Amino acid sequence: MARVVVDVMPKPEILDPQGQAVARALPRLGFDGVSDVRQGKHFELEVDDSVDDETLARIAEGFLSNPVVEDFVVRRVQA
Amino acid sequence: MRIGAVTFPGTLDDSDTIRAIKASGAEAVALWHGDADLKGVDAVILPGGFSYGDYLRAGAIARFAPVMGEIITAARGGLPVLGICNGFQVLCEAGLLPGALLRNAGLHFVCRDQWLKVENNATAWSSRYEAGAEIIIPIKNMDGRFAAPKSVVDELEGEGRVVFRYAGLNPNGSTDDIAGISDPTGRIVGLMPHPEHAIDALTGPSDDGLGMFLSVLDSVVAA
Repeated sequence: MARVVVDVMPKPEILDPQGQAVARALPRLGFDGVSDVRQGKHFELEVDDSVDDETLARIAEGFLSNPVVEDFVVRRVQA
Repeated sequence: MRIGAVTFPGTLDDSDTIRAIKASGAEAVALWHGDADLKGVDAVILPGGFSYGDYLRAGAIARFAPVMGEIITAARGGLPVLGICNGFQVLCEAGLLPGALLRNAGLHFVCRDQWLKVENNATAWSSRYEAGAEIIIPIKNMDGRFAAPKSVVDELEGEGRVVFRYAGLNPNGSTDDIAGISDPTGRIVGLMPHPEHAIDALTGPSDDGLGMFLSVLDSVVAA
């Protein structure tokens, strides 16, 4: 078994109103110096060793993300 | 003339869609997400709601339902398909229409009567409208902001595939005020507002929505 992390983020050119709302809230909470926030999704998958990188990429691209508006990064981490 | 309306877990507007189909004079056929069977219908409508709780992304899981496999195959073969609200999101996730529907720019659930301009009355679902007509039907969604790469938007605009455009106020930051689009053949159409809630002035803001259900009758007879 291995742990695989998939991070999905809105593409840079896609408006992210949720991230903007978070960024605008920070100064009101007394946190200065954060100029931008982008909000995405973080998936943790427990996978068998038999699952290869190509399969993981297909899972990330074909289901966990919508490639029209989102980018993804797949990485294996120590369980 | 038989028109199917699909029910997924979490679909809300299948009853009103069936009512609208009947009001157009067609026979309404209930289609179930788990049945890979279109029951010989002449056209299919994907109603609104929150299929599978909008988990992952709106429409992302409904797209894999057994009934969708049949719909995708039939749609590629020319079956007229209309996606309303969540149905539009499902069609985009399924790749039958380009682009995606994202969180409303104002981060609010928007529920109101919305003016639309009919930009293309040559599709299977808009032929009963005059080109340029302005209609008012309800809109109600959280994820209604149409987005697509610029090249795709340019293609949609260049080919006249923006079928409905928000008139007056843009409710959600949608690119180019896009409310509804079609595939290249004009037989697959998706829009965020809800024509099925506007088929009778007694219960809706107008009966302007009925035109979509009547339009497809002509397209099937003509085909």
